Amino acid sequence: MSPIMIDRLIEALLDTVLMVGTSALIALLAGIPLAVLLVLTAPGGVLPWPRFNRVAGAIVNAFRATPFIVLLVALIPLTRLITGTTIGIWAAVVPLSISATPFFARIAEVSLREVDAGLIEAAQAMGCRRRHIVWHVLLPEALPGIVGGFTITVVSMIGASAMAGAVGAGGLGDLAIRYGYQRFDTTVMAVVIVVLVALVSLVQFTGDFWVRRLKGR
Amino acid sequence: MSATPWAIAPRTSFVPARTPGPPDAPSTSADTPADTPRRPAGGSVRFEQVGKTYRACAGPVQALEGISLDIRAGSIFGIIGRSGAGKSSLLRTINRLERPSSGRVLVDGQDLATLDEDGLVQLRRRVGMIFQHFNLLSAKTVFENVALPLRVAGAKPQAIRERVSELLALVGLQGKHDAYPGRLSGGQKQRVGIARALVHHPEILLCDEATSALDPETTQSILALLRDINRQLGLTIVLITHEMGVIREICDEVLVLEKGRIAETGPVWKVFGAPAHDATRALLRPLEQSLPRELQQRLLAQPPADRPSRRVLELVYTGEGGIEPDLARLAAALGGPVQLLHGGVDRIQGHSHGRLVIAAANAQPLAAELEALRLCHHARELGHVADHD
Repeated sequence: MSPIMIDRLIEALLDTVLMVGTSALIALLAGIPLAVLLVLTAPGGVLPWPRFNRVAGAIVNAFRATPFIVLLVALIPLTRLITGTTIGIWAAVVPLSISATPFFARIAEVSLREVDAGLIEAAQAMGCRRRHIVWHVLLPEALPGIVGGFTITVVSMIGASAMAGAVGAGGLGDLAIRYGYQRFDTTVMAVVIVVLVALVSLVQFTGDFWVRRLKGR
Repeated sequence: MSATPWAIAPRTSFVPARTPGPPDAPSTSADTPADTPRRPAGGSVRFEQVGKTYRACAGPVQALEGISLDIRAGSIFGIIGRSGAGKSSLLRTINRLERPSSGRVLVDGQDLATLDEDGLVQLRRRVGMIFQHFNLLSAKTVFENVALPLRVAGAKPQAIRERVSELLALVGLQGKHDAYPGRLSGGQKQRVGIARALVHHPEILLCDEATSALDPETTQSILALLRDINRQLGLTIVLITHEMGVIREICDEVLVLEKGRIAETGPVWKVFGAPAHDATRALLRPLEQSLPRELQQRLLAQPPADRPSRRVLELVYTGEGGIEPDLARLAAALGGPVQLLHGGVDRIQGHSHGRLVIAAANAQPLAAELEALRLCHHARELGHVADHD
């Protein structure tokens, strides 16, 4: 590979990391409150509100059902509204985070729902208010599952970010398509795959490490 | 390797033995151990016609019906019943984890139905609760678990540290501050649960099958701790269990619940000595010793004509009226050698309660005369046994 190619590869890797990292952070900050709301408002939850729960659930499902490549195109007006452009990594962050948030929220919801009802009862019996229950019981007890779910979300976002190349977002996927596929450069294709595998492995390893740490208590 | 750290100071030893009340005390509702410390402060519970109906798929289910009852401040009150009898629902109305569908629950005269959210939080700080499965937060250390009720109440860190240390010492878990619950034994977990429940100086402690997940030895040590807490702090303990042994061990009064209704209620020795309801008898059966098989096989309805024999008598002691198994008087009344074949006597709240099976000479007096002589509450001739040789 030529030195120019190596530069392009490093640039693409940084783009992917930046794109996925920013979107993952947004998905984390938006997904957890959404998951908490879904659990609290569920029938028999701490703050039952069935109507809200149904509407929120339906919206989450709608986003989950739409394939990312379709969402990417469908969200172009919104992307332009937020970032002022429809190309480049920042333009890709909008659809990436919007598609990852409901995905992560559902996974986090499952972990939150699996918190033993006895612990919530014990918290109520000791005089905890709802916010205390969320903060001291639900979130800490579900944390290993939430971390594991976040790892899965990040890995699937690395995959989705390759499609963001379609809006000229750059990144590793874009590099592999343009050089590896359209210009028949098998070496670039192979190197990109190796880098992607290494990236995903690193994310998975870090996630697993923290899940083990948290569960080991 | 030493035993579990808290075993260094077994807490069973300094618990004062339950001192009996006067054995011939009149059988009124005031019939309680005389030395239980009485705090003028609260801790009383009153149920007025409490009912609870659940909506289930198959239609409404009546979990509780017409429960009217008083729990005295400072007493240890046991609620027993088969599973599904409504014990748990009844217990949970005391801190309003469960709202009654009808009737009222009053704690120290305050109707719980009138409480708003702030009032409910205040109530729950006065009513501690421990659970069968401990319900400790696995992501928090022992210290943090016990500290949590204080933290959410906005206590100062220094005050929290002092109070938590004090309680962990009380339950015998010094040096376990930084352990996570996952590393503790069942008995230790329940001790953490007790410390957590006591952190706000409650007047009432609710125990939901608190010993059902523990082995017999640990059960004894937890019961001793509960009794100790009741004595030292004077708080009311309301516990539910399906084990009569637990009731016998520590309770002053018992309520037998059957299908959501009161089957019977009263001082433990009375309910045990003379169970009036089938549900009580069914629950007591595991504690009763039946006649040994070998003895049953040798038992004859009539004295054999060809061989010398003796008659077998069953003497029952209910604890009523101070009648004790006085062996010397018994032997004198029966005139001749008396052999104790089987049986046992238990002392509950200072009342002797049990059953003796004896073999005595085939002569007077009759069973009814033994009752008249106040040698036992009930006597019954079970049959005759032929002498061996």
